[in-house]
Amino acid sequence: MKNCLYLFLLSLLLTGSAVGQRDQNIIPARPVPPRLVNDFADFLTTGEESSLERKLVDFNNETSTQITIVTVPSLEGFDISDFAFRLGENWGVGQEGFDNGIVILVKPKNENEKGEVFIATGYGLEGVVPDAVAKRIVEAEILPSFRKGEYFEGLDKAVTTLLELTRGEYTADAYLEETADNSVSFGIGFFILFIFLISLFSRIRRRRHFSPRHNIPLWTALFLAGSAGRSHGGNFGRFSSGGGSFGGFGGFGGGSFGGGGAGGSW
Amino acid sequence: MKKSWIILAIIVLLVIIGYASIKNTYNQMVSKGEQVTAQWANVENVYQRRMDLIPNLVTTVKGYADFEQETLTQVIEARSKATSINVDADNLNPAMLDQFQEAQAGLSSALSRLMVVVERYPDLKANQNFLELQAQLEGTENRIAVERRKFNETAMEYNTFIKQFPKNIYASIFNFESKAYFAADEAAREVPQVEF
Repeated sequence: MKNCLYLFLLSLLLTGSAVGQRDQNIIPARPVPPRLVNDFADFLTTGEESSLERKLVDFNNETSTQITIVTVPSLEGFDISDFAFRLGENWGVGQEGFDNGIVILVKPKNENEKGEVFIATGYGLEGVVPDAVAKRIVEAEILPSFRKGEYFEGLDKAVTTLLELTRGEYTADAYLEETADNSVSFGIGFFILFIFLISLFSRIRRRRHFSPRHNIPLWTALFLAGSAGRSHGGNFGRFSSGGGSFGGFGGFGGGSFGGGGAGGSW
Repeated sequence: MKKSWIILAIIVLLVIIGYASIKNTYNQMVSKGEQVTAQWANVENVYQRRMDLIPNLVTTVKGYADFEQETLTQVIEARSKATSINVDADNLNPAMLDQFQEAQAGLSSALSRLMVVVERYPDLKANQNFLELQAQLEGTENRIAVERRKFNETAMEYNTFIKQFPKNIYASIFNFESKAYFAADEAAREVPQVEF
């Protein structure tokens, strides 16, 4: 009986947290372990990648703003802008609630197609990096270098400009403050629920010694556990992917993209 | 005596469970419905953003004396037609959405015609003000595409939710109706023809 109950609880939790993800076959999966520079098209050398990665991770730790550089060998028929927005949304670049993420997507030039680049800005950064500014970064900093074959220089210059632009907008402290409340109350709520369930279970066990058929509290327990599992299920996925840790890159935070940004081709 | 108490307790519990299940489902339907409404507001917002860009665009282009008046007039007319259509966010039925979409598609094609005509005016194309407007317009079109996709996703989540058994029973009792989707835009996919 006890095993059944655990199985039931487990299945409730699992159904609550399993979120359907579409586009996954086309948009690359979120990197594990999380990285900010994802060179799927082998566009940069390893040294260049880690130099950019360090710069971006430091910036993420300092400001909570996440800038990710992604290169893909092919866009699979998508517009580069659409690809960038979906990727940003799927990975959750930027912090949830702030939406302070930027995706720099590059599709290198090959024999048949020209190269394309796009800077997608999250909702929260559309104010500091308006489309016209993103356009200018692409036209004035990225493309001239790319045309000369200096890929790292172009990206590095663009990243430096973006860091300067977005620096005052969000700070990691403000982010931590805002999210601290949330996770603490969630933790306490979960703790209380846990204690409550344990006391229920132990009472069931104790009562069974006296009257084996008297199992009404079990129903109550099931019912309570059921509604609790459902109302908290949505939070589990988010918390496991929360960023904000110091040192290395802690992961993408669940930011959202609304179609801001600009791009160009060479 | 003791047996009847147990039966009574079971009945009370069943009633509580039934009530809780209806309450839970109903509230979830309401909140999912509200999400669709909120997303609709985002959609209207980005369309409005496009409309707000147009007066500026028209003024900039008008400065070029020999610019074709006809193309400009078409844009202005399409804009006022699109402005005249208001959609009630609580009643997102297919007919209403079609009407809205048609008016906006008219504006889209008028605008893309304008952009094609602009190609013939090198001075205008080099104008800094115009370039800025062009970047903004492109950005707005991107935003429209994103918000429409998100609207469809939210509406699909809501529709799937209310159509599943046994929630469909509650949905029909409490009169929750399914929401309409945006159809793929035929006019927007057509590449405008350049005539010389």
